[in-house]
Amino acid sequence: MSQTVEVKPPPARDERIARRSPVARLLTRPEVGALLGAIVIYIVFFVVAPPFREPSSLSSVLYVSSTYGIPAVAVALLMIGGEFDLSAGVAVTSSALVASMFSYQFTANMWVGVVVSLVVALAIGFINGYLVVKTGIPSFLVTLGTFFMLRGLNLALTKQITGNVGTNDVSNIQGFASAQKVFASTFNIGGVSIRITLLWWILFVIIATWVLLRTHFGNWIFAVGGSAPSSRAVGVPVNKVKIGLFMAVGFMAWFTGMHILFAFNTVQSGIGIGNEFIYIVAAVVGGCLLTGGYGSVIGAAIGAFIFGMANQGIVYAGWNPDWFYFFLGALLLGAILLNNLVRKRAEAMR
Amino acid sequence: MTVSVEEPTTAAPLVRLTDAGKNYGNILALQGVTLEVSGGEVTCVLGDNGAGKSTLIKIIAGLHQHSEGTYEVEGQPVRFTSPREALNHGIATVYQDLAVVPLMPVWRNFFLGNEVRKGPRMDIAFMRGTTKKELLDMGIDLRDVDQPIGTLSGGERQCVAISRAVYFGAKVLILDEPTAALGVKQSGVVLKYILQARERGLGVVFITHNPHHAYPVGDRFLLLKRGRVLGYYRKNEVTRDELTGLMAGGTELEELSHELEATGGAAAAAAHVLEEEVHELGIGHGAPGAQ
Repeated sequence: MSQTVEVKPPPARDERIARRSPVARLLTRPEVGALLGAIVIYIVFFVVAPPFREPSSLSSVLYVSSTYGIPAVAVALLMIGGEFDLSAGVAVTSSALVASMFSYQFTANMWVGVVVSLVVALAIGFINGYLVVKTGIPSFLVTLGTFFMLRGLNLALTKQITGNVGTNDVSNIQGFASAQKVFASTFNIGGVSIRITLLWWILFVIIATWVLLRTHFGNWIFAVGGSAPSSRAVGVPVNKVKIGLFMAVGFMAWFTGMHILFAFNTVQSGIGIGNEFIYIVAAVVGGCLLTGGYGSVIGAAIGAFIFGMANQGIVYAGWNPDWFYFFLGALLLGAILLNNLVRKRAEAMR
Repeated sequence: MTVSVEEPTTAAPLVRLTDAGKNYGNILALQGVTLEVSGGEVTCVLGDNGAGKSTLIKIIAGLHQHSEGTYEVEGQPVRFTSPREALNHGIATVYQDLAVVPLMPVWRNFFLGNEVRKGPRMDIAFMRGTTKKELLDMGIDLRDVDQPIGTLSGGERQCVAISRAVYFGAKVLILDEPTAALGVKQSGVVLKYILQARERGLGVVFITHNPHHAYPVGDRFLLLKRGRVLGYYRKNEVTRDELTGLMAGGTELEELSHELEATGGAAAAAAHVLEEEVHELGIGHGAPGAQ
């Protein structure tokens, strides 16, 4: 056994494995439950809500989906790695506030604020991760703590600095236009306006999926979520992987915060609360196990898409929006149940 | 990854502990252990629960550091601060829980922590093929290296863990109770792999509380009891029955037999069997191990 040993390719087909149809193989994927759920929900709205059929409606559904789907990419990775982040929703707001207020107060180029905000967001992720791995306290509790702290900081510091609950308009600051191009521009394809966040979302999903399935780091993410002690025993740097995942959530929160800032020019300090649950739900609907070690980023993207469809579809269907959260909850519960059912079926099939 | 197993170039054994001990605060978990492991040799560590077996392997594996005595690898004194460091010295540990991630495919588990890279990504085709081949060399013909390792039988999982350690250049294999949770047949399979590893020139430390498993494969036997060495024998210095007797701790067995007798009924019958065993062993006290 040395490097020169030729590895013979294993026989193409083992006679002990019954031929499985491509459909059966597809059903073992973690995201398939979410995919079926998304198709059902799409059909329902397509039937009951005529405006839903317009291409422009699909575009706005995808836009809403992307603003939740971008953080959900990292939240899904983190959940596969066995941890939660309840502070992700308000960290989005914190990022936007920091960039906005830094550039405004120091009359700095907008990009300086953007970079400072990135550093702050990564630091929040690092602190979350560091506290979790060093104390061994469940991430649910650690990030619940940082969630409340950030929520308080967002409001208190914004009021202290601007004397208001929102930030000042930053659209006149140098660098705003170019930053807006990157984070919040709109363009037309065939008469349908597309928000740039959709492209970023797709890009992030592709990168994250590639990392998860094709790189050693992805292997480690599955491993630390599946069994941290086992991973440690074979030399996987468990703490670094987990801290890295929390920082990835920080990065995505920053990106989303930048979009909000450059889409609206001002930031209200109280927004973002509750969104962390939507990111988590998107990941879970997408097939991520709450206990870690199993899941998919594509699934989380489909989960965010389901949320986007429900969010916009109810409006298009002309239903009383007061019922939105009830419908949303029911839809999500249904998707999770369907997901579970499919997964059990698929596992029995193996 | 070079995996050639060479004969030790120095005369020093691969692993040598001299008077090693470990305290946890004021608790003396292990005292005065002297142990040698050479290539092509199986050293069995026997002892009941709480004898200090786990503490001993944790020291050798680099999870804990010894607080007394010396620990040498190929003649060099060492003090490992992590399992990774021990691994770099060729000391690999196969834990009771096997350090596998049940939900992950066999090949991902096989290469976990040692992924073969091709630029930024993993060389998946190579890793799949190698896993299949290495397991085949160990006599395990897996249907599908993509199946989650949790779906394999206990013996198969054990063997995946052993062949993984061998593939990654282990010179010393520490096996922590590999047969504890297995049935008779599966245990036999694992014992076969232990012998195979010995044939390949590896030093094996085989931890068990079952002398019937230890005796056929072992070259040296270290008996531990309550953190102290009860005996250290070469195979020609001890018989299986003596080993069994020492393991069981004769007097305690007799006490148990009396207690059972006092309870009456089926327990008394069991006590009778115990006494017969003690008699058959012909050492005045002792009985089969905990299993």
